[in-house]
Amino acid sequence: MSWPEFGIVVLRVVVTFVLLLVVTLINVWAERKIVADMQSRIGPSRAGPWGILQTLADGLKLFFKESVIPRKVELGMYLLAPFLAIIPAFLIFMMVPWGKPFMIGDHEVALQGADLNIGLLFILAMSSMAVYAVVLAGWSSGSKYPLIGGVRATAQAISYEAAMGLAMVAVVIFTATQGEGGTLSLAEIVERQTGTWADVSPILSFIPRWNVFPQFAAFVIFVVAIVAETNRAPFDLVEAEQELVGGFHTEYSGMRFAMFFLAEYINIFSMSAIAATLFLGGWAGPTFETFLPGFISALLPTVYFLIKTYAIVFIFFWLRATLPRLRYDQLMTLGWKRLIPAALAWLVVSTVAIGFRQFGPPWS
Amino acid sequence: MGVITEFIKGLRVTGGTMLRTIFGDELVTIEYPKEMRQKPQRFHGRHVLNRYPDGMEKCIGCELCAGVCPAKCIFVRGMDNDPEDPTSPGERFGFVYEINMLRCIFCALCVEACPTEAITMTHLFEMSTTNREDAIYTRETLLMDEKGEVPHMFPDDELADMDELAVADGWVRATAPSGLTSYQGVRMWQGTPGPGDWDPEPDQEQIDAVSPTEVDDG
Repeated sequence: MSWPEFGIVVLRVVVTFVLLLVVTLINVWAERKIVADMQSRIGPSRAGPWGILQTLADGLKLFFKESVIPRKVELGMYLLAPFLAIIPAFLIFMMVPWGKPFMIGDHEVALQGADLNIGLLFILAMSSMAVYAVVLAGWSSGSKYPLIGGVRATAQAISYEAAMGLAMVAVVIFTATQGEGGTLSLAEIVERQTGTWADVSPILSFIPRWNVFPQFAAFVIFVVAIVAETNRAPFDLVEAEQELVGGFHTEYSGMRFAMFFLAEYINIFSMSAIAATLFLGGWAGPTFETFLPGFISALLPTVYFLIKTYAIVFIFFWLRATLPRLRYDQLMTLGWKRLIPAALAWLVVSTVAIGFRQFGPPWS
Repeated sequence: MGVITEFIKGLRVTGGTMLRTIFGDELVTIEYPKEMRQKPQRFHGRHVLNRYPDGMEKCIGCELCAGVCPAKCIFVRGMDNDPEDPTSPGERFGFVYEINMLRCIFCALCVEACPTEAITMTHLFEMSTTNREDAIYTRETLLMDEKGEVPHMFPDDELADMDELAVADGWVRATAPSGLTSYQGVRMWQGTPGPGDWDPEPDQEQIDAVSPTEVDDG
């Protein structure tokens, strides 16, 4: 690898990292503001214009606070758990292409942390890793409420990861019919969603070629599953304030608590980004290269990506403001008796339909 | 399917509230120091000791306010007027007048008890202090000056809207401004403190605000 290529790799990782941190700061503020609007309140309004610097102020405050370590903790795991939470959160977003690749000289710059050919598998692995942080934090705190939170996290993650994975499989099988062979690379999945459905039928020539139209059921299942996967309301049994004090992070304070908090919001954004990438075409959209200046049409895909992602992030906030928390047995019922059978049924239906389209009816 | 319709109903409530909060008038919060809420006319704020238009004090030191006060926060001692240079039109005047604002419950019973409308309430409620002594309002703080201006403990207080000191809560006039006894028992609302413009009495076009000492009663 030559020096310019190495520089590009470092640069795009750093830029992705910074982008993720900035949108996370905005996300925390946006959630408080949107939920406030839904409850006829104002929300944060003091720090900066419209209170947009509120998260920064809170972060600084937490940074300077004492990190209390209770006497009965398992020290090694207790100190490690916040990092286990935040590192997978960062790594997941590294897989997401957040802009259209462009050329500098003869080097192609992909706006993406890293384009793994097993991208989707890596995401599934990392989102499972994130659960370890919650379980270990709960166990190592040496306190009953964090332990209950950690145990709930295990059960919840296992239940909903299955539905999430099955929804992904349906998309991957569908994507395989859209180009040359199957792929797990997110960049390639986005590439195959550019354009419109004009080749299927001329009536559909104005509808973008997003996976959400043929795979709508998988999209719904995926969105429900990622809400549960990130432990957000109404699936926030892991940190149910009314029952478990703070859940797994009860015994954490200061910067260590801030890392769990940050990881939760990073996970919301990166999971929404993955949903946007798999179903809503990621950065795909019209760039008007013919009559717009070059740098604007290079930036437009990133704007499309952010709009689509924030549409799904908004669903997270909307659900949080609307729904009460599920009871534990309702959570399990929804996961095992509704979502997983639904995902399996949709996988069969979708695969059979694809088979018909590819190979014709079996009796011919 | 019942669950899904209920789910959509719930989403419509929160979504609709959000749109009405941003674009409509659903927002209920008022950012207090920046914008003040319009107070009702009979709002019970801090007290004011009034004067007659000619500068005489209205308080006659009768201690009825101190007697009726349920919180026992008013302390009054009367003193005989100097016949040559009287402070109030009566025999006595309020020589010592103290209200402990930390004890006061702002019930306005003192205003109702006062036979001469000497004590009334205003719309100002920003009275926070940094020590307990400052919360005891004395005669100097309570009594309006000869022009009808009311002093404030902290004139530099940026939260306090000084104009509110000139707004009286609507108190029932105990005696007619003209001092005529024929209006005793007739309910008349007075919205201004002390020497402000008084509403005309029922059968009058306009009255001159005068002190009862100058009125020939009868």
